[in-house]
Amino acid sequence: MLDCTPQEIKERSGGKINPAKTCQPVGAMYAALGIHNCLPHSHGSQGCCSYHRMHLTRHFRDPIMASTSSFTEGACVFGGGANLKTAIKNVFAIYNPDIMAVHTTCLTETIGDDIPSILSSAEIPPGKLVIHANTPSYVGSHITGFANMTKGMVNYLAESSGEPKREQVNIIPGFLNPGDMREIKRLVRKMGIKLIMFPDTSGVVDSPMTGEYKMYPNGGATVEDIRDSGNSRLTLALGTFASADPANQLERKCKVPALTLKTPIGVKATDELLLALRNKFAREIPAELEEERGQLVDIMTDTHFHFHGKKVGIFGDPDVVIGLTEFVLSLGMQPVHVLTGTPGGAFEREVSAMLQEAGVKGRVKAEGDLFELHQYLKNEPVDLLLGTTYGKYIAKAEDIPLVRIGFPVLDRSVHSYLPVVGYKGAMRIIEMISNALLDRADRDASDEDFELVM
Amino acid sequence: MSAKLAIEAREGSIRVKGKQKSQLQCDADSIAGAVSQRACVYSGARVVLNPITDAIHLVHGPIGCASYTWDIRGSLSSGSELFRNSFSTDLQEEDVIFGGEKKLARCIDELALKYKPSLMFVYSTCVVGVIGDDITAVCKQAEQKHQIKVVPVQSSGFAGNKSAGYRAACDALLQLIKSEGEPTAQSRKINYLGDFNLAGEAWIIRNYLREMGVELNATFTGDSSYASLRRAPAACLNIMQCAGSMTYLAQEMERVYNIPYMRVSFLGIEDTSRSLREIAAALNDKEISEKTERLIERETAEIRSLIEGYRVPLQGKKAAVFVGGGFKAVSLIKQFREVGMEVVMIGTQTGKQDDYDSMYSLACDGTVILDDANPSELERFILQQGADLLVGGVKERPLAYKLGISFIDHNHERKHPLSGFAGAVNFAQEVYSTLCSPVWNYV
Ligand code: SF4
Repeated sequence: MLDCTPQEIKERSGGKINPAKTCQPVGAMYAALGIHNCLPHSHGSQGCCSYHRMHLTRHFRDPIMASTSSFTEGACVFGGGANLKTAIKNVFAIYNPDIMAVHTTCLTETIGDDIPSILSSAEIPPGKLVIHANTPSYVGSHITGFANMTKGMVNYLAESSGEPKREQVNIIPGFLNPGDMREIKRLVRKMGIKLIMFPDTSGVVDSPMTGEYKMYPNGGATVEDIRDSGNSRLTLALGTFASADPANQLERKCKVPALTLKTPIGVKATDELLLALRNKFAREIPAELEEERGQLVDIMTDTHFHFHGKKVGIFGDPDVVIGLTEFVLSLGMQPVHVLTGTPGGAFEREVSAMLQEAGVKGRVKAEGDLFELHQYLKNEPVDLLLGTTYGKYIAKAEDIPLVRIGFPVLDRSVHSYLPVVGYKGAMRIIEMISNALLDRADRDASDEDFELVM
Repeated sequence: MSAKLAIEAREGSIRVKGKQKSQLQCDADSIAGAVSQRACVYSGARVVLNPITDAIHLVHGPIGCASYTWDIRGSLSSGSELFRNSFSTDLQEEDVIFGGEKKLARCIDELALKYKPSLMFVYSTCVVGVIGDDITAVCKQAEQKHQIKVVPVQSSGFAGNKSAGYRAACDALLQLIKSEGEPTAQSRKINYLGDFNLAGEAWIIRNYLREMGVELNATFTGDSSYASLRRAPAACLNIMQCAGSMTYLAQEMERVYNIPYMRVSFLGIEDTSRSLREIAAALNDKEISEKTERLIERETAEIRSLIEGYRVPLQGKKAAVFVGGGFKAVSLIKQFREVGMEVVMIGTQTGKQDDYDSMYSLACDGTVILDDANPSELERFILQQGADLLVGGVKERPLAYKLGISFIDHNHERKHPLSGFAGAVNFAQEVYSTLCSPVWNYV
């Protein structure tokens, strides 16, 4: 019914059908929400801002605030400087944030607005801050935009006092849900290490219900903390695509060594995170985390026969997909189609290497779309699809279960509160995958094959 | 949030019934720096055209605009599902520098071969407006090459607000129905403008009309197809619900094809009954009038007691309304009265002067009326007016919930049809189930 996809795969010359990515500004807006008391600002026409807020609202089910330069035709001809300056004045007068994070859109990039020079002549009230990132929508994806805005935080805010580096670690978590960010913070704290996480959207887009509306909820990385990140001993960038750039920038600017790790999804990547912390800070991994790991491995052994040899299609944002691929491989599953919408040869190399090591023959594709993924699935069917809500059309057309992980999830809730990272997150992924596969098995079983104990 | 009233420039856009005499300022552009709830030209054009089911909607621009509008409108189709896919030229940096026309032409070629559609819309977005791609020329060439209809939609985001997008959509529709060749003979059938068949609403109205003995010719644009829209000039009357998006089309069809139009609203018992009667009167046919009366009598009798049941718990509760178009806002005031509630705050994104005048005359004293509200204004008036419920769209939902009040979606995300008599019951039921949910006890 919703299936308009032909099976035969043909070379295509550009253009996307059913995209697996979106544009930079929405990533920048999300990153900016990870600063405490910050209002993201979209420098472009009001439609972009409205779309980005809507998209984030649908995923997080929380109010998403951002202002816009409200471009009109005149602004396109004469440049958007006047609009941005008026916007800055109005935003501080009315919405009164501590900091405003400006990102560009395809429009303002194309007409060539020079944001730093506009900012240098704008009236910014004393004590208030405006930072910016260039986020041309025709380059990269929302993940690129997230990285660019995070880099903007480093550019504008991070400072080194020149004194010896402190016993603290910076964590750049990548484009994850606030529930994941909370979990990563918990792990690092359990290791007994002081940390600065930025951006940090926990407490902002998963704020509790109090009956009172706060335009700037309690969460988010404070400006002081981001400043202080220049004095840390180490930056851990979780995920190459969303986090490596800002971490490297911080290394250049403040001489904080940067180490890029995978998004800690699954046992191996979580181990790597904890081991890196242990080695760099000479800490022991506490018994409590050892226990969690042991429980996770116990679950994996208890259930591996459900998963072994099952074929999976995985799609979504590159850092998350890389983590998921490694994890399902460790369960004995076969990720035969792995796709991201974000451009990047590094993605294809990294995932292909994983598959090769595991002896799995699969298709790996960066800068792909869901039309392509659907065609792959028609040619080689899978038992399970892992990805965003947009996978539901394919899942329905091909009658395969879909486990929703990533961004965006528009048709389910709770995903933003509970983690998929760390040992606990891995347990949760196992639970989700088992439920999907075994519910399906129960549904499809004939009476004589229907089992009580599985 | 501070209690500071909105930006000074917004003062003209807010008034309180019974207090000010001046007219409300509306249809202006949002000011720079506002957290506006408003959308852009492309968005306006896309929502109007999107329900055309057998068309390829190709968005010419960087990926974002296409991603955000992928299957977002719950318009139902009885035929093709092609419109629910998302097509984008996904412009890259080199296209922006050297122009995107070639890539656009390639994409059209590919899609034409792959899906063999009879109709394709090509939407221009912000960048395209700036780099100056001539999408009209590309579309024309593609038409000849593939022998299908390829309609350019001039919807660069910065060239106005959502209303300008409605206008661009109407222009595209007019191109579509322009009958080349033999003139179409007029029939006794009518067109229905401004229903997007959300949750199947246009089907409800079609069934009413059928029972009255009136055949529906074309619907703009809910569950429509290229073929059905081309038949439009054959109608003898246009009825129009969403006036915000469709007035221009109705006027043009009157001018070019001599088809008169009238406004209708199928929200609530009162407006539904009145609209059906007016249609019957316009057709000036005794039999149709009799059938209409029988229909109204039967339907109202069926639902009266159901609605009465909801009235008891809802009596005296207060509603705040912030919706897209003016007609909806006007009808909602009446519809809330039908379930015993009063509207204490009302606003729209794109309402026109006459809509605001109607709201003003219908509303009770003290009601706050506002155009293009921002979230802080919504918050302020919801609290100040003591609203128990907010009616709005996707961005307003979490705001209401955070304030601890109930919410219904009267926009793309509505879950049940809200039109006609059946819709009136759904409406009451939805209001009841959110307002009287036990979850609010835990706030
Ligand atoms: S692609 Fe450009 S115009 Fe479209 S939403 Fe993104 S920034 Fe706005």
